[in-house]
Amino acid sequence: MSALPIDSSRLAPPMLALVGNPNCGKTALFNLLTGSHQKVANYAGVTVERKEGWLRTPAGRRLAVLDLPGTYSLAPNSPDEQVTCDVLAGRLPGERRPDLVLAVVDATQLARQLRLVLGLRRLGLPLVVVLNMTDIARARGVDVDVEALSRALGVPVVSTVAVRGGGADALFSLLDAALPSAPPAASAGSVADDYRQVKDILTTLGLDRVPAHAFTDRADRVLLHPLVGPLLLFALLFLIFQAVFAWAEAPMGWIESATALLGDAVGRVLPDGLLRSLLADGLIAGLGGVLVFLPQIVILFFFILVLEESGYLPRAAFLLDRLMGGVGLSGRAFIPLLSSFACAIPGIMATRTIQNPRDRWVTIMIAPLMTCSARLPVYALLIGAFIPARRVAGGLELQGLVLFALYLAGIVSAVLVAWLLKRLGSKDRQHTLLMELPDYHWPSLRNLAIGLWQRVLIFLQRVGGIILALTVLLWFLASFPGAPADFAGAPIEYSFAGRLGHFLLPLFEPIGFNWQIAVALVPGMAAREVAVSALGTVYALSATADDTAQALVPLIVAGWSLPTALSLLAWYVFAPQCLSTLATVRRETGGWSAPLLMAGYLFALAYAASFVTYRIALACCP
Amino acid sequence: MTLPENELRLSDAETGAPMVVIGLDDRAGLPDLQTRLRELGFMEGEPVCVLRRGQPGGEPLAVRIGASTFALRRIEAACVRVAARHGA
Repeated sequence: MSALPIDSSRLAPPMLALVGNPNCGKTALFNLLTGSHQKVANYAGVTVERKEGWLRTPAGRRLAVLDLPGTYSLAPNSPDEQVTCDVLAGRLPGERRPDLVLAVVDATQLARQLRLVLGLRRLGLPLVVVLNMTDIARARGVDVDVEALSRALGVPVVSTVAVRGGGADALFSLLDAALPSAPPAASAGSVADDYRQVKDILTTLGLDRVPAHAFTDRADRVLLHPLVGPLLLFALLFLIFQAVFAWAEAPMGWIESATALLGDAVGRVLPDGLLRSLLADGLIAGLGGVLVFLPQIVILFFFILVLEESGYLPRAAFLLDRLMGGVGLSGRAFIPLLSSFACAIPGIMATRTIQNPRDRWVTIMIAPLMTCSARLPVYALLIGAFIPARRVAGGLELQGLVLFALYLAGIVSAVLVAWLLKRLGSKDRQHTLLMELPDYHWPSLRNLAIGLWQRVLIFLQRVGGIILALTVLLWFLASFPGAPADFAGAPIEYSFAGRLGHFLLPLFEPIGFNWQIAVALVPGMAAREVAVSALGTVYALSATADDTAQALVPLIVAGWSLPTALSLLAWYVFAPQCLSTLATVRRETGGWSAPLLMAGYLFALAYAASFVTYRIALACCP
Repeated sequence: MTLPENELRLSDAETGAPMVVIGLDDRAGLPDLQTRLRELGFMEGEPVCVLRRGQPGGEPLAVRIGASTFALRRIEAACVRVAARHGA
């Protein structure tokens, strides 16, 4: 840090802030404005996602753009909304106050969204209203007179179609003009006054009767049907898990061949020795074993993003609300829990939309039981190795079926744990839902692509960061100290890792794990998928020097019994925790009791489930 | 609290019947609910309609208010007093 006082406001580009209701197309507009120039992080001190990007105007000015969390009003109801209000007021430490507010308004939902605009107008910041989704509005017979609306509101209004390239041209050229002068700051008005004012404006513009979205109503008649709706939801989830296996097959093959080729090349080029061992056994075998699951993670995220973008996710929450209510959860808990299928960390962060503190606590506690994508590599490895790839019961893939069953096992246990926590908890609380069911719309390819790219980047950063570091560490532990020449077993058994594995063996032997698995479980604490790369490294080093970087699957098929594989699968349904999840829980709950309780109960469940699975499997197929 | 004869609670409104918002009540255990409902558009005189109900138990309710649809639990919908809307 420089000691000289520098006026950073002169150096930093002007900051635009996007503000709007949830589901107003704000993120699509953010994507259109900034393209790939985005950075996703957290606000200092709170775990609210902070999305910043930058854009260059036609005249070449560089502007910073901040995508603030969606809010229905400037009277915050949740930590997310609090961030939006604090940033706009210039109250959030470490954030500068935006120079220009872009109020994003869904043209089909003018009444509700213009009330937020009236609130924003009182902030005393320069304000531009961005009328979004004007194409959809026009198709429904809502043609907004932009000039008249601008006159009525007293601020500039531009119309955009955020899901179409070039849809924000009017906004871009407006950004080159001088900043509009700020409307005078005023204290908060009453909800009733704002309501009347917006109603008057809309009546004057002839926009006070907006027809409902006919397609949404027709679709909901089926999708929210009390009987058909849940069946369709279940079928949809089932299809997703089938696709994760079926579609990923080819690209996974390519990645595997590439890894093998690379391992061979390194083996040929480098002389036998430590460097070759580090590269071939440690890095290529370890990282290749994790990278191979990228296609499956991409497919899973693709479906989650499509469901999110299309507006179906809140419908799923609607359908499951009774079920969730039965075990003492809010229907709102569905969205955090579904996000937890990708990763428990964003899922736990998403619980901030649940107002009731106890509901939120229960949701956090069961979030890790949703099978996160980091477990997918482990499942995929074991299923691929031990479950035959054949079709059963009318063309269903057995492997996909087993995967579905594992996900289901996680869900069922989450329901049981939530039910138990409800029985133990107090009775005097009210559960709320109050959730918008937005109109359906086609997900835009650009938003899907940007969303997927961000997820892929996060995965690759993990592979390149924590997984790389742990793989090298494990290679070191598994290679040193070197075995003396007269040592009978594989050299790894003499190493630190081998000794650790043998030390842990008495604990894991009753559930069918061998010492190699015990070794792999330790780094698997840091990130679950590391267990796969760890197994890759452990087995590569256990093998004789000639067949390094060999595929893991034939090695474990030869080395493990079916009960052991099933037991490890059961273990990973509960998979005691990755450390980053525990750290997030600590931050979100503000104490150590929740993360410690979570780690303890998951470990107990995992051990019990593995024990039962192993014993039953032993009895059935000795 | 009993309601005047022509009023009922939104939670008791017939599915598909056009109603109009008469007013909002506070409810113990749900602080700020009234404010939040107002912000979303549940204002006196606004047309409202229960579009459909989940099953089992007729919960949650999908409610059309203005041009938007919201999902509410029965306990939340019970805070909204409504009357039949004629000529709709």
